[in-house]
Amino acid sequence: MSYSEKVIDHYNNPRNVGSLPKDDETVGTGLVGAPECGDVMKLQVRVNPETGVIDDAKFKTFGCGSAIASSSLATEWLKGKTLDQALEIKNVDIVQELSLPPVKIHCSVLAEDAIKAAIADYKRKRGNGNGE
Amino acid sequence: MLKLPIYMDNHATTPLDPRVLEAMMPYLTDRFGNAASRNHSFGWQAEEAVEAARKQVAELIGATAKEIVFTSGATESDNLAIKGAAHMYREKGNHLVTLVTEHKAVIDTCKHLEKEGFDVTYLPVGRDGLVDLDHLRAAITDRTILVSVMAANNEVGVLQPIAEIGRITRERGVLFHTDAVQAAGKVPFDVNAASVDMASLSAHKMYGPKGVGALYVRRRNPRVLLTPIIDGGGHERGMRSGTLNVPGIVGFGKAAAICRQDLSAESARVAALRDRLYDGLRQRLDDIFVNGSMAHRLPGNLNLSFAYVEGESLLMGINDVAVSSGSACTSATLEPSYVLKALGVGDELAHSSIRFGLGRFNTEEEVDFVVEKLSAVVVRLREMSPLYELARENPKWQVKAAN
Repeated sequence: MSYSEKVIDHYNNPRNVGSLPKDDETVGTGLVGAPECGDVMKLQVRVNPETGVIDDAKFKTFGCGSAIASSSLATEWLKGKTLDQALEIKNVDIVQELSLPPVKIHCSVLAEDAIKAAIADYKRKRGNGNGE
Repeated sequence: MLKLPIYMDNHATTPLDPRVLEAMMPYLTDRFGNAASRNHSFGWQAEEAVEAARKQVAELIGATAKEIVFTSGATESDNLAIKGAAHMYREKGNHLVTLVTEHKAVIDTCKHLEKEGFDVTYLPVGRDGLVDLDHLRAAITDRTILVSVMAANNEVGVLQPIAEIGRITRERGVLFHTDAVQAAGKVPFDVNAASVDMASLSAHKMYGPKGVGALYVRRRNPRVLLTPIIDGGGHERGMRSGTLNVPGIVGFGKAAAICRQDLSAESARVAALRDRLYDGLRQRLDDIFVNGSMAHRLPGNLNLSFAYVEGESLLMGINDVAVSSGSACTSATLEPSYVLKALGVGDELAHSSIRFGLGRFNTEEEVDFVVEKLSAVVVRLREMSPLYELARENPKWQVKAAN
């Protein structure tokens, strides 16, 4: 299998690897995939409660190079977006940006799921915390 | 001087030994005759070369020259052995016994026969990859005509107890076929010592050329007859029609002769390299697991799972080293290796597996390079792995060895 240059770049120089404190009120965590399927992504966003803008994003991924690249790219794109803008990121955008072959499309789907899960986690926390 | 890329995938194929190429060259140039041409020296020369090679291949496995049928490769040999025997002995029975960990050339041939109405028992293997001989004994019925069990597995390198299996099949009057592609030339393999009736061989797994293989077919005690799967001019005692691949066969013969001559020294040297690789990785990394028996294993095989990292991403990090992964991501099906699954290796560890195949041309320097490079990549990917993080935080997420 040959990889696009962008996938190789994200694999060699992944952006935003790491973890944010998952119990922090302003942090939303998405953990998607299953080890049995060969892909697990943890994607976290930190949201500025005043502006509703994502000011930090981190990821950790167990998976192939395309899965690592998809989640790395997702964290890059998330920073500076509002939650609504973040939810507009679709897997096809990731497929296009990274030139993923058909057999790797599931990696981009997982990244989209991870974004949604992280934002849902953040909203749930805020909902519970503020009684909204 | 270390030359990159490093080839450590010798179960997939082996490099052509320069001595083999040298032996083949005349038959790719001046000596182009058809071995079946009876009326001129070109034909005689080719036939003579083929017969010399036949003897060399036979000697590697303790057979006689007349028991060697040349084919296009081991997939054809497996097809000929299993379909050929099934069709020839159909009136005697319709049942075959094989293993779930066989090569696809055996499994898919058996599946084909099932569609024709044959019954096939696919025996499981233990965590070590070995067949349970009591299971095997119990699987043989009055309707069984053939047992097909590989000598060495192509993924985990596990050596099956073929001598014991041969004793059982002989006692029960059932034919015994073994796919000896990975074993022949690497470990002692003798068709009489193991009471084997048919054995599949391939030249390119023993430093010979691609496109040529052989099927050993026993001629005495018992005499095995096969229904051919290719019809034509009646070459190879009618069992395999088609003009012989003379240069390929000459190369195969030379490759077999070299393996036979160097077998014990080479297997010791390759096993030492393999152990150096394993020890080096073990010293540098925790949570790595060997898949399959270490005691009953090909000298050049090491199949390891690196917990918490996915195999394809590992391969990407060592792109100047040629190895292969049991991870789903390398295949179109997204299913991890069926062999590892059969050993009871969990899907997670199957996704994290790498097969190393060491061989004749590998060096200590190459092994040391792979140890350093791979260890660094595993450490880097674990830092990036949510599973590793979870396992650090909570022991319930720790991956345990299968055995």
